[in-house]
Amino acid sequence: MDLSLSQEQQLIQEMAAKFARTELEPLAQKLDQSGDRVAFLANLKKLAELGFMGLNIDAQYQGTQAGSVAFSLAITEIARACASTAVTMSVTNMVAEVIQSIASDKQKQQYLPKLCSGEYAAGAFCLTETSAGSDPSSMKTSAVLDGDSWVLKGAKQFISSAEYAGVFVVWAVTDPSAPRGKGISCFLVEQGTPGMSIAKAEQKMGQKASVTNEVLFDNCRIPADALMGELNQGFKIAVTELAGGRIGIGSLALGIGLAAMDYARNYTLERKQFGQAIAKFQGLQWMMADTYTELEAARLLLMSAADKKQRGLPFSKEASMAKLYASEKANQACYSALQLLGGYGYISEYPLERYARDVRVTSIYEGSSEIQRVIISRELLKEVS
Amino acid sequence: MKVIVTVKRVIDYNVKVRVKADGSDVDLNNVKMAMNPFCEIAVEEAIRLKESGVATEVIAVSVGPKACQEQLRTALALGADRAIQVESDEQLESLNVAKLLAKVIEQEQPGVVILGKQAIDTDNNQTGQMLSALTGMAQGTFASKIDIQGDKALVTREVDGGLQTIELAMPIIATTDLRLNEPRYASLPNIMKAKRKPLEVKTAEELGVSIKAHTKLLSVGAPAERKAGIKVADVAELVDKLKNEAKVI
Ligand SMILES: Cc1cc2nc3c(=O)[nH]c(=O)nc-3n(C[C@H](O)[C@H](O)[C@H](O)COP(=O)(O)OP(=O)(O)OC[C@H]3O[C@@H](n4cnc5c(N)ncnc54)[C@H](O)[C@@H]3O)c2cc1C
Repeated sequence: MDLSLSQEQQLIQEMAAKFARTELEPLAQKLDQSGDRVAFLANLKKLAELGFMGLNIDAQYQGTQAGSVAFSLAITEIARACASTAVTMSVTNMVAEVIQSIASDKQKQQYLPKLCSGEYAAGAFCLTETSAGSDPSSMKTSAVLDGDSWVLKGAKQFISSAEYAGVFVVWAVTDPSAPRGKGISCFLVEQGTPGMSIAKAEQKMGQKASVTNEVLFDNCRIPADALMGELNQGFKIAVTELAGGRIGIGSLALGIGLAAMDYARNYTLERKQFGQAIAKFQGLQWMMADTYTELEAARLLLMSAADKKQRGLPFSKEASMAKLYASEKANQACYSALQLLGGYGYISEYPLERYARDVRVTSIYEGSSEIQRVIISRELLKEVS
Repeated sequence: MKVIVTVKRVIDYNVKVRVKADGSDVDLNNVKMAMNPFCEIAVEEAIRLKESGVATEVIAVSVGPKACQEQLRTALALGADRAIQVESDEQLESLNVAKLLAKVIEQEQPGVVILGKQAIDTDNNQTGQMLSALTGMAQGTFASKIDIQGDKALVTREVDGGLQTIELAMPIIATTDLRLNEPRYASLPNIMKAKRKPLEVKTAEELGVSIKAHTKLLSVGAPAERKAGIKVADVAELVDKLKNEAKVI
């Protein structure tokens, strides 16, 4: 078994790290405080031009075709500097992957190059509703075929990038009489379609530069060929694609956790109390040793899930394990790192309080930790029953 | 016209350099390596020469161990057309590197050779100048602008007093200074394509160069730790100390 990266993966990781350090890091604090939209979108555009928005998309659609391991590595490096940018990149890649895996060739030609090249600032993934969070199959948004168009009615909650996404992948009920999860379909809706509106941005604890909005569909008409994939098979698609997205969110969490611990590690060598660097205190050394060990284990789980995915093997259990572990351990890492800075960790001049706020949602979105455990245990029991 | 651009593998400039416990050299164990920043500028300039139609082919050359193929791949990802690694496991001194490069130049016959003015590991600032002496090609060192005009080139140099522009007869050797350009990022699709670009490996013997050491590294030490400063009571004391203790005014 060889756990080393290929030369391309290594170069992509290095490039992402360099971009993050030079372009994103100097801005991250300002973006967190002001949400400077212009600067944020400019960075997304640059990332797209460099090939970060279609990491796993075929070259014929202007994707990078670098695989899931490279995707994970890139997200981690970007998240070290700016979690808001990383989540936008992760969701946009996921949207592109859904389109690549189930859309018609015409739809792929129409949307993938725009997502990959940055012509669209981002893509949006519209699954959650106010009464359908952890249980998306209970969604209420409906799509009814009327002549040569579908009519969408309902609302989607907590949609990342809704204000500037170019295209939305929207799940809606197409057969209300079907059993749970069997009557849902998937649609492609373009920004600005009449009948679709975007509510004002949510005020959030962290990842503030990335916008999250409610998206409302009030008799929103989309063409008949906006249906993506097979009719009534949409829920299965959502479940499959979310598994890939979880590798992205786990990788994002890992990036924030590593950034926090790397900062704290340097700090302990400089900060002196009781006449010596605080790094000399064994209590803190053990904290550091445990945290880095957990982050390394998270990294290996993510790499293994990503490797399985890109080799076409089943990876859903592994992706859930990786997301669960990475997001929980990264949350703890940010708290430990903040603790290592003492009072300074709590002050906004230092990045630790931002890391701790930014990392919090990673164990909630794209399936909470509890839901990951539901998925993992379901798979585990299936294996023996 | 061909352009040769040289690339050196060095410690990443973000890494804190440590000296080995026995003082024999810098500790490279588990240390992140990268392309020398001045070489990045050189690669960028070479690619721009190709993009502007002045050059037809960009060849990246590195002298070093197998691992330096990583930096050559980076150069290929940035836009070089092919790469040559001159295999060498030892830390070569500038003159040996210049001799090896001179042979590659003899084989490839480039119109322009671009090197970094120095590498950030040993900071020698010699290879370009030595290469010029060995090949007889005109040199424009510390370049902040390179303007190729047919059979001559105008190179603007960063010198102590400001800028100096010289006219050189082609072919030329240029070494890059910081302000020559701002290197681009390699795009991910180009990183993927770099794998398919040719990378040739040569040895000193094949090039007919015998490597001879002219210098011996005796020891490497960390710079002295900075001592805490002192506070002076007033301007008079400051002036007194600068005059009588530091003796700088
Ligand atoms: C910043 C942000 C961005 C988001 N972006 C998007 C997006 O782009 N697209 C999108 O579709 N959605 C998005 N979401 C929605 C996100 O995926 C949901 O918030 C998440 O799935 C949880 O749903 P919920 O908030 O309704 O919580 P609920 O489902 O109400 O959960 C409440 C609590 O109950 C627990 N729980 C629920 N069911 C079980 C169970 N079976 N067993 C044990 N515990 C359970 C949960 O773990 C949680 O602790 C985003 C959310 C946020 C906060």
